Amino acid sequence: MNFFVCVCLCGSVANKLRKTAEKEFKNMEQKELRETEDKCIQEQPAYCVAACPIHVDVRTLIWQIKQGKWEDARKTLNKTMPFAGILGRICDHPCENHCKRREAGDPVAISALERCCVQKVSLLPKISFLPSKTQKIAILSGGLRSLTAAWDLIRKGYKIHIFTEQNRLGESLWDLPESLLPKEVIEKEFSVLEKLGAQIHLNAEKDMGFFKANPGSKEFDAVYAPPENERFLAPLEMTWLVSPINEALEGRKAAVTIDRQIQKVSLTAGREKEGPYKTRLFTSIENIAPLPLTPMSHPESGYTPEEAIQEAERCLQCQCLECVKACLYLEHFKGYPKKYAREIYNNESIVMGERKGNTLVNSCSLCGLCEVICPNDFSMADVCRNARTSMVKRGKMPPSAHEFALRDMAFSNGEKFALSKHEPGHEKSEYLFFPGCQLSASSPGHVETVYDFLRSHLKGGVGLMLRCCGAPADWAAREEIFQAGLETLEAQWEALGRPKMILVCSTCYSIFKRSLSHINIISLWEILEKYYAFSLSDADKGCLALHDPCTTRHEPQIRETVRSLLKNAGYKIEELKYSGEQTTCCGYGGLMSNANPALAKAVIQRRAEESESDFVAYCAMCRDALSSAGKRTLHLLDILFPSDDADPASQKPPTYSQRHENRARLKEHLCQILWKENVSDMADHEDLMLNIAPEVEKQMDERRILKSDIQKVIRYAEESGNRFYNSKTGHWLAAYQPVNVTYWAEYSVSDSVFVIHNAYCHRMTIAEGKR
Amino acid sequence: MSQYYEASLLEEWNCAKCGAALKPAKVDIAYMGSQFTIELPKCEICGLVLIPESLARGKMAEVEKILEDK
Repeated sequence: MNFFVCVCLCGSVANKLRKTAEKEFKNMEQKELRETEDKCIQEQPAYCVAACPIHVDVRTLIWQIKQGKWEDARKTLNKTMPFAGILGRICDHPCENHCKRREAGDPVAISALERCCVQKVSLLPKISFLPSKTQKIAILSGGLRSLTAAWDLIRKGYKIHIFTEQNRLGESLWDLPESLLPKEVIEKEFSVLEKLGAQIHLNAEKDMGFFKANPGSKEFDAVYAPPENERFLAPLEMTWLVSPINEALEGRKAAVTIDRQIQKVSLTAGREKEGPYKTRLFTSIENIAPLPLTPMSHPESGYTPEEAIQEAERCLQCQCLECVKACLYLEHFKGYPKKYAREIYNNESIVMGERKGNTLVNSCSLCGLCEVICPNDFSMADVCRNARTSMVKRGKMPPSAHEFALRDMAFSNGEKFALSKHEPGHEKSEYLFFPGCQLSASSPGHVETVYDFLRSHLKGGVGLMLRCCGAPADWAAREEIFQAGLETLEAQWEALGRPKMILVCSTCYSIFKRSLSHINIISLWEILEKYYAFSLSDADKGCLALHDPCTTRHEPQIRETVRSLLKNAGYKIEELKYSGEQTTCCGYGGLMSNANPALAKAVIQRRAEESESDFVAYCAMCRDALSSAGKRTLHLLDILFPSDDADPASQKPPTYSQRHENRARLKEHLCQILWKENVSDMADHEDLMLNIAPEVEKQMDERRILKSDIQKVIRYAEESGNRFYNSKTGHWLAAYQPVNVTYWAEYSVSDSVFVIHNAYCHRMTIAEGKR
Repeated sequence: MSQYYEASLLEEWNCAKCGAALKPAKVDIAYMGSQFTIELPKCEICGLVLIPESLARGKMAEVEKILEDK
């Protein structure tokens, strides 16, 4: 099959399959999903909508007015409001008391906007009928409440008869001033009833008398007799005696009851949100400048359209989005947690077809910021973690999402780096220093310096353990790899006599706290606070913007200790907008940078732009991420244990290859100088000398190609002879597949040094026997 | 059959082992249990196949993503 055709087919077949995919609920049942979704309040109605007795979609209405879309605005009113031409003019607006804008200025003049809208557009509602019903209903009044009931029941298909003793419909509405409610509007709005088939019986004293005498009339399936009407307005004070909007609500409620009674269904079920209720929405008014009501040039006739648009602009368009404002990941996928939870659930349910939600699931840093910010504790991390676990279990996790990070972890737990020893000259360890894989990769010199410091200040022996805590496997939901790593770590800790572990990395700290809770741990920063001797000259070194790692979100004592260390070292601290409990991830957490490198780059770029000041971090990955965004950033250890580097804040982060080399060399170096052991054991490809230009090295790093991968390609090509030659350039081109990835290297040879001109990789393989 | 490489590749590169020229040939490529046949430069003697960078980082990467999400 043609390759391109296959690509197209993948899409179209996936679409067809998705449509026909059976619902298979593997991980999250519908009920669980609804509970999860329900925590996100973004789709909760705005305060005004919930407060409106008939729940007019005020937020949309005002948005449309603001855009000058008057006809759309009128259609929005018509959807919910009966006889909007009338009610839109006379609504007594209980919603305005609940308008969020009143916390920053005057409430939006919602009723004046409605009035302007219906004055400008006299559009009657479009009716789509339900199938006609045979039942007949008598409505014994021509007041607003009764006509609302009639209106709702007609639209349900009932045959409606309206009886009034008066000679027109509307009752006391006719008493309202012409300037407020023109008579022609009343006639026009109520004319719809007759057009839709309602039988209107005017001057029907006789019929009314009959109904009073025979309340159980057999001619009609239901009879609605509202309480005696009252006047709407007190004539002189012009205050409402009866609330028009509540009249509409009562009529609407009556229609629901009558319909349910006729249909013989529950009269009460699902009616909790009839009438005003309290919304669960949260809208922040932080940074919202107070604004006063837009003045009305002619109060008698209401707002002019221009004035109305100006007033509509004051509307806050209430929504929550608190987490989305704080998290670029949540913003990036153009939705909000409730929507994402549904998308992820649907992604899970696809039996065959393309799972478009995979990137959404794997891009989350699992940092927990959303949960802290959300008024309802919605956790995207939980949703994504569960989805990842399910994907791994079902063999549906895309291999490329986390494989590189897992290889990195395997390297750290392999013989090149892993180590577990008592302090030289000791047979017992009171403490065990665990610097973690990333500090060792990023600043191996600091690991050595800190280990020296700890040995000289702590008694009882300070052992050393080099390896990875397992966070990448945990983030990737590779439970077996994670547990295997923990078991080895635990066995080595046992073998050293169960010492107290000193952790530098806050990710390690969180993993130990959660998964190795029986191990006694302490943060290096707490040890340093106790033992580090600050010199008196350490005063006023300037100000640094402090970036807390996301894994200290729930570790206030570590955050405070770091602040204390910085202050003692003579630095002023600039707190970033998102700091402490609300700090943001650097883009490494949750393996975001593996699954979605472009997003991780944008995340750290935004973080770097939060302050003009130099940053200080106390996590090696955070420091390196900030540096990669061009931000001058110190690691706290650069301050406490300065090296010969005159400007450590400008230090560029090491490439992935350098990270491996740094770890391996750290182990070799420490074994040599402390334990007098030679552990250097080079694999046969590692003795190949490579010359890689910086731009090629950068490209290799972005493509997650290690120097050692390229060495393997060349070793294979040189030994097997399987390679191509370009006689014009004198370059060789060869490929080798050491793992699930095939690496290609274009190289030349100069004085036994292999010059790398290009490197690329892919995952597809040439089918067996075809190469 | 669509061509997923620059024709000039056939001129520029030859098989270093055999010294032979590369010729367009049908090659089966596979990933995640799916298999496709495409045309690629191949040594006419030993059958060594060249996958160019433009294909690896272009269409091949796209298809890999689709297959991983299937």
